Amino acid sequence: MSNSVKILYFAWLRERLGIEEEEVDLPVDITTATALFSWLKARDERFEMALENPDIVNVAVNQVHVAHDEIFDAPREIALFPPMTGG
Amino acid sequence: MSSPTPIVVRIQEADFDTTAETVRLTKGRSNVGAVVTFTGLCRDEDGRLSALELQHYPGMAEAELTRIANEAVERWPLTGITIVHRHGEIPPGDNIVLTVTASRHREAAFEAASFVMDFLKTRAPFWKKEHPIDGGDGDWVEAKSADDAAADRWRT
Repeated sequence: MSNSVKILYFAWLRERLGIEEEEVDLPVDITTATALFSWLKARDERFEMALENPDIVNVAVNQVHVAHDEIFDAPREIALFPPMTGG
Repeated sequence: MSSPTPIVVRIQEADFDTTAETVRLTKGRSNVGAVVTFTGLCRDEDGRLSALELQHYPGMAEAELTRIANEAVERWPLTGITIVHRHGEIPPGDNIVLTVTASRHREAAFEAASFVMDFLKTRAPFWKKEHPIDGGDGDWVEAKSADDAAADRWRT
């Protein structure tokens, strides 16, 4: 079982991965950011390297910040990005 | 019941007009005693940079700034609040961000402006990349722990 989810990447994550956004079939048992990191890292070496330090990767689900251990609530859009530097 | 406080949040490539944004919160009103404007500008970091590139997360950036503005309205008796944030390539000396907070008295306007900027820095999905003056690929600006500490002081 899987759900179609859009994943977006920003700033240096986008550059290192060479991907702005993608549609993925996310297995239903991937329910937290921590599990998502492991799942993405298992895909290929680029993800393995880009996500080698998950502590500095922030996650938003449906455009709301989530903690790494927070259970996803009906994810349609998941974004991965470094700490923010606006203003 | 007073009418809800007007909240304006805009993300745009174009520059903004601070005076026009101030007038928007005061024109035709007689209960506004204080307006605080904060403008954040692009520095050249001692001549090192030709520009900053501002990337944002369309959709979430607007949503997060609106959440921050709403929280400011809940905490302080504001008569209006406006947040404008630019994206794209911004040369040194140009504007990046504007907050305008209006209230009956100055204390609320000052504090709300400071609160909005502290949370914008740590929670609004924008990222800066340096464009060095000598060409070449610059670095993404790293987040500062001082900004986290500044946001933390509002958690009471």
